[in-house]
Amino acid sequence: MHTVIQVEQLSKQYRLGQISSGRLVDDVNRWWARVRGGEDPHSKIYPSRKARPRSGDMWALRDVSFEVKQGEVLGLIGRNGAGKSTALKILSRVTAPTEGEVRVKGRIASLLEVGTGFHPDLTGRENIFVNGAILGMTKAEIRNKFDEIVAFSEVEQFIDTPVKRYSSGMYVRLAFAVAAHLDPEILIVDEVLAVGDAAFQKKCLGKMQRAAGTGRTVLFVSHNMAAVARFCSRVLWFDHGRLRGEGDTEQMVSRYLSEGADSAGEVTWAKDGESSPASDCIQLCAVRVRGRDGVVTSTLDIRQSFTIEVQYRILQRGGRLRVGIRLLAQEGTILLSSTDRDGDDEDGPMRAPGEYISRCSIPGEFLNRGQYFVTVGCDTPRVRTHFHVDQALSFQVEQTVGTGGHLDDRGGALRLRLPWQVERIGT
Amino acid sequence: MTREVRRGGPSAQARGAATAQRPTEWTLVIRPRSSWLDLRLADLWLYRDLVMLFVRRDFVSQYKQTILGPLWFILQPLLTTLTFTIIFGNIAQLSTDGLPKVLFYLSGVTPWNYFADCLTKTSETFNANTAIFGKVYFPRLAVPLSIVISNLIRFAVQFVLLAGFYCFFLIHGAALRFTAGVLLLPLLVLLMGALGLGSGIIVSSLTTRYRDLRLLVQFGVQLLMYSTPVIYPLSKLPEQYRWIMLANPMTPIIETFRYALLGSGTFSWTYLGLSAAMCLLILICGILLFNRVERTFMDTV
Repeated sequence: MHTVIQVEQLSKQYRLGQISSGRLVDDVNRWWARVRGGEDPHSKIYPSRKARPRSGDMWALRDVSFEVKQGEVLGLIGRNGAGKSTALKILSRVTAPTEGEVRVKGRIASLLEVGTGFHPDLTGRENIFVNGAILGMTKAEIRNKFDEIVAFSEVEQFIDTPVKRYSSGMYVRLAFAVAAHLDPEILIVDEVLAVGDAAFQKKCLGKMQRAAGTGRTVLFVSHNMAAVARFCSRVLWFDHGRLRGEGDTEQMVSRYLSEGADSAGEVTWAKDGESSPASDCIQLCAVRVRGRDGVVTSTLDIRQSFTIEVQYRILQRGGRLRVGIRLLAQEGTILLSSTDRDGDDEDGPMRAPGEYISRCSIPGEFLNRGQYFVTVGCDTPRVRTHFHVDQALSFQVEQTVGTGGHLDDRGGALRLRLPWQVERIGT
Repeated sequence: MTREVRRGGPSAQARGAATAQRPTEWTLVIRPRSSWLDLRLADLWLYRDLVMLFVRRDFVSQYKQTILGPLWFILQPLLTTLTFTIIFGNIAQLSTDGLPKVLFYLSGVTPWNYFADCLTKTSETFNANTAIFGKVYFPRLAVPLSIVISNLIRFAVQFVLLAGFYCFFLIHGAALRFTAGVLLLPLLVLLMGALGLGSGIIVSSLTTRYRDLRLLVQFGVQLLMYSTPVIYPLSKLPEQYRWIMLANPMTPIIETFRYALLGSGTFSWTYLGLSAAMCLLILICGILLFNRVERTFMDTV
């Protein structure tokens, strides 16, 4: 299986700040210096009299190197601003690298946005042609695939109406339908699956999976860890412009997610500190997990119930605050969401200023073995959010002692003993 | 296989693989700098369908939901010619070299419109299309090229208008004759297109950084018209000032246009040749500059 993409020492630098006309002098200086002495224009020292290093430059990508083999589905994960989209933009030739080199074998088609080039006044039919041509198909190709595209998008009835009359769902379906029928050797997809409803996303993923199955290479950026985990054979983890890791999907995803979360069982914020998530009404102090014996821990027994505690300080009598948690599974899917006002109706009593702990009990024999993350937040329903910390804490649920045949690894996040009824209804 | 990539130095695997794969097999290599001469015109040919689809898109979108539709093409030169006839012809009594006033002005306005439209519309290429340029790759030259072609349609309609007036005046016994210069008409159109395209993309490439140029273009084009023979013939300008008008490459083109169709105007191979050379030079400079800018403009626009 040979390499189709080879990225070597790829770097991209962005200049920050205003790009004012004063730069003309800088540009002329640099150009003159380059003509005179062949100096590297990227060096930070100018051979002009004002030999000061330029501040305010930032490296969006630094020395990134990787290879992609044919037929691979490669996932790119990382926090926002880590450099994933920049790498894709360079591969899509939308922008040029500052250093490094990329070598590609085969035709690349990029889906950085759905509906590129769609003009609101044109009909769906006309837009299919324009969009398809922009993405790299010839008119003949589009004509051949026209019926398939329309069928995939499910907008047959409206194909001759101007696109500005479409609902957002129809718009996205049509746009994606065109893109889905590209036939490139290499497909680059950047978080476009964030739009659209669940049924549609499933359809798109299915189509992409089939594309990958026929030997096409796919590069896939997403924050939807579940999709990445299911779909990608290998993952690249970007962090602050560098390639932090590459390899097996499950391991990379897990490491990426646990990066942010604290795994000592407890995470605290200094009371006076500016780093504690807070609003004018409430300040978050700590989040912790306590086992049944009351000890703060990050490893729990699968049979035991445990408590998640959120400690906070109410600064002033403010709206009806409610504190809540979200539990996320290893791949980032949200399992449940619960708040401390779920029991009362929303017009419960307001809390006086002071320090509080809200505790949430989670029963034993409920979560399956694995790693979980806790997101904590506080809001006034339908009014505002006071704080929200994603993946503040992580904990492990472990099977410590064998308890019989029930324990085989069933998969899934939950394990519940559900009542079954067996009834004989005939001979 | 999982591994943590350490900082500094390419991974051994990448280095090893680089030497293993033969360099001639790559379809595309992306590097920080391309040479000025890397024009990638072959790319543009591959995307020719896109150019025509852009032309169609612009045409359709402009006139959907309008009542008069493409009739607007005719209205503008008509009104302009009327204004010129009244103000320059009748009130100011500027000479028209013996030609009927309406025909004189219309035969100047028609080619000028083509050039001016090409210039103003292409000068906005980068700024107007950041959304689409930032998301997908296609040879950026496709957009200005499609503009120049769309404007040809407009020019054709206006030319028909001119022909209509021509016949009208011919029937009423005006002394008009067209000369062999008519054969040069396609060349003239080509030159105007090249000039408009070239200067438009130069302006567009520069305005990605220095936005004020756009404002300059808008009124600059209007003022530029006065240094061409649109409203008065070259022959009426005193000898010592003629070079000012001739410095503008549009001057010989418009004079030749008039000469070819109406039989009166200054026609000189030298002037036309000089003009053609300038148009070509501007076009080439424009394309080189454009190619240079298109790789990195998304970072500064």
